[in-house]
Amino acid sequence: MNVVFLILAAISVIGTAAAMSLRNAVHCVLALTVGLTGIAALYLQLGAQFVGFTQIMVYVGAVAILAVFAIMMTHQPESSKPPTFSSFWVWGSIVAASVFSILAWAVHSSSASRQPPYPLPDATVQQIGDALMHRFVLPLEIMGLLLTAALIGAVVIAMDRKEGIK
Amino acid sequence: MNSLQNYLLLSSLLFSIGLAGALIRRNAILVLIGIELMLNAANLNLIAFWRFGPNPAALTGVLFAIFSISIAAAEAAVGLGIILAAYRHSRTTDLDQMNSLKG
Repeated sequence: MNVVFLILAAISVIGTAAAMSLRNAVHCVLALTVGLTGIAALYLQLGAQFVGFTQIMVYVGAVAILAVFAIMMTHQPESSKPPTFSSFWVWGSIVAASVFSILAWAVHSSSASRQPPYPLPDATVQQIGDALMHRFVLPLEIMGLLLTAALIGAVVIAMDRKEGIK
Repeated sequence: MNSLQNYLLLSSLLFSIGLAGALIRRNAILVLIGIELMLNAANLNLIAFWRFGPNPAALTGVLFAIFSISIAAAEAAVGLGIILAAYRHSRTTDLDQMNSLKG
């Protein structure tokens, strides 16, 4: 376990934990971007450069901005804010902690998770493009269809019909 | 060099943080963010298995992670659209107060 991994893991865990526990929702999204950047750096450390930069562009760039927009459009006055956590937060925490302990026990007791890595393969953008155009061309087309449907669906769902704005 | 175990432990910790957030937060947008975090933990698993797997030259894990990120982006857009529509209807994003299916 080297130092870089420890630092990146600490950044991602602290960022995501802050994103799930802070009171102000905008602060939560800002902490989330820190955590997601840490995860993207872990991708870079694992040798998956394209996925790391995709993570930064899609999550830190698009999803976080979208969440900030949604938070600001559903802004509530400071006085009428409900409590941060749900009324059954004890049970939720117990469920999450038990899920983590079961997963950690399974990972720890598995012999397959201790093997050393194989030599780092090339995962250049050209190879990823080749794979997308040959082996994975059908999933790529389906993904395009799904993204189009999601785009149209999100606009239709979020559209305000009462005022007749199209 | 790190072993696969460290990455799997980190990703299960991130998954549990996301699960806890999705279960106990009251703001619907932050519940959606918790679900995104769980998807991210799964992506980290995919990349780690790709890196430590026997045939990394096939790039299957990388492409699976890319498709998973695209699906997560589509899910975030549709989910936030649904939250905006629900907010316009009931004037709240508090999940404890959203307790009726019929408006």
